[in-house]
Amino acid sequence: MLKSLNTRAALLSVGLLMLTLGVWEVSVQVPEKKEAMSEYEMLMGGADQEARVPPPSDIISLALEELGDPFYDAGPNDKGIGIQLGYSIYRVIAGFLAAAAIAIPIGFVVGMSPLMYKALNPFIQVLRPISPLAWMPLALFVIKDSEASAIFVIFICSIWPMLINTAFGVANVRMDWVNVARTHELSPMRTALTVILPAAAPTILTGMRISIGIAWLVIVAAEMLVGGTGIGYYVWNEWNNLDLASVIFSILMIGLVGMLLDLMLSAASRFVQYQE
Amino acid sequence: MSHAFLEIEGLSKRYLAANHGEGLTVFEHINFGIEKGEFVCVIGHSGCGKSTILNVLAGLDDASDGVVIMNGKEVAGPSLDRGVIFQNYSLLPWLSAMKNVAFGVQARWPTWSKDKLHEHSLKYLDLVGLKDAAHRKPSELSGGMRQRVSIARAFATQPQLLLMDEPFGALDALTRGVIQEELIKIWSESKQTVFMITHDVDEAILLSDRVLLMTNGPYARIAESVKISIPRPRNRNSIIHDPGYYKIRNHLVDFLVSRSKELSGAAGEEVRETTFVDPAIEDDDPLETDKALAKTGS
Ligand SMILES: Nc1ncnc2c1ncn2[C@@H]1O[C@H](COP(=O)(O)OP(=O)(O)OP(=O)(O)O)[C@@H](O)[C@H]1O
Ligand SMILES: [Mg+2]
Repeated sequence: MLKSLNTRAALLSVGLLMLTLGVWEVSVQVPEKKEAMSEYEMLMGGADQEARVPPPSDIISLALEELGDPFYDAGPNDKGIGIQLGYSIYRVIAGFLAAAAIAIPIGFVVGMSPLMYKALNPFIQVLRPISPLAWMPLALFVIKDSEASAIFVIFICSIWPMLINTAFGVANVRMDWVNVARTHELSPMRTALTVILPAAAPTILTGMRISIGIAWLVIVAAEMLVGGTGIGYYVWNEWNNLDLASVIFSILMIGLVGMLLDLMLSAASRFVQYQE
Repeated sequence: MSHAFLEIEGLSKRYLAANHGEGLTVFEHINFGIEKGEFVCVIGHSGCGKSTILNVLAGLDDASDGVVIMNGKEVAGPSLDRGVIFQNYSLLPWLSAMKNVAFGVQARWPTWSKDKLHEHSLKYLDLVGLKDAAHRKPSELSGGMRQRVSIARAFATQPQLLLMDEPFGALDALTRGVIQEELIKIWSESKQTVFMITHDVDEAILLSDRVLLMTNGPYARIAESVKISIPRPRNRNSIIHDPGYYKIRNHLVDFLVSRSKELSGAAGEEVRETTFVDPAIEDDDPLETDKALAKTGS
């Protein structure tokens, strides 16, 4: 039954995809009769195919071509999609790991100590709603390096969900389990590692999952701002080249990579999951 | 003044008023002692403060007044010398049954090798009949099996005093009977000193050497200390044929039904001594209850 449900769902997915692609393919065909050019079209150099959204077939052939050689490097404005995605993934992972290294220990302290919670809460509440991109000018000025600034922006946006989830998970560890640690005379460090960490791990992992999702959203915007390399810069560059097929292709790649990042963390969270 | 293994002197617990209401004195002037190797049960109505006393003994809660002295030393904070079995088992759900027991053993003897740890833990899992379920997580065990693991964990650490807060409260009658018998078996081998809370009069008679009866709160106190003189070994089937069984049982039930309320304390009252009773050797006087009242009323 379950298997047949899965098969049916897969068939339906494929069907929907085909339908969407088909409608898209047909609806973007060049119409027979020429309409009068709008002002915009004249500005853009005439109403030819380039000004239309490309059909899926164009995108698929472009995708095959790009994915056939994803790592070519022909100068600053012409790099393979693999290289561009690699830059973005590297920045996301670097910023994310730096954030985890800081957010999880601080979250532990905040979750375990009501004093620290009260003391740090105002800072967290003020800093958290700031759009990560708002930090960009300050980061560029202070760090003076666009690469490091992009990583910093990822760092600052990943830190909050992990910090808050860690604090929440740690503060809400069942009192019974803490009492087990206490009656067994565990040191605070051992209690933290052998009782609180495993108990809070699923909540912490959820925070990490939210963080990496946000980081992947933010890196595209950040790279559009700082330019140079990365998938965000690539999208913006292709838009400037009016290569819409490439734009759509890279949008799809952004979605795919984002999904893979999320799958990785969801696999990790299954590893620490427990049932009460 | 006698010096029992465990002495509780003048214990009281007060909660301060939350917002300019009256404070709450849960219990006052609690005095009792437990000898080494003794199995003592406490019975009292819900809310009289039994768990609070147990948590103070465990070092998990602080009393407002009074001291707990074990082996001549004042109890301050939790210790491996006082093992606790909680009503809700309190197993760590991410560890297997085996690892839960080993968790306690390792805390007790941190220098032991892995093999020794394993062997010792397995021995106690085997004692409660769970050798074959050693690798299973608590979520894959029934309530009765979980409580067995927690009993194994507590006994494996060989504490000097074992504290149990309604350990079988959440189990069905059949399972409870089986585990009670297992508990008797392990206890008679280890001769552990046990302090246990229960709501079940029959359980108290089956297991304990002495039953402490607590009056209703607030201002609860320990009104009677009832000796259970039925010889060991006991089991559920034979115990009811003991001549003293129904006398003891009636005495306890009668306390819960009427005397627990009549004897309950009030604010600012003078300290009243605990009465020591052995219902089994008392004659079948129907006025037994009144006599007990007269004794304590002085
Ligand atoms: N934080 C608190 N503030 C005020 N009163 C409290 C607090 N915690 C417990 N109490 C009171 O202390 C009393 C004793 O509680 P305790 O849990 O020890 O009772 P108990 O005898 O174990 O009851 P039960 O048999 O239901 O487990 C209760 O009347 C409860 O209302
Ligand atoms: Mg209780």
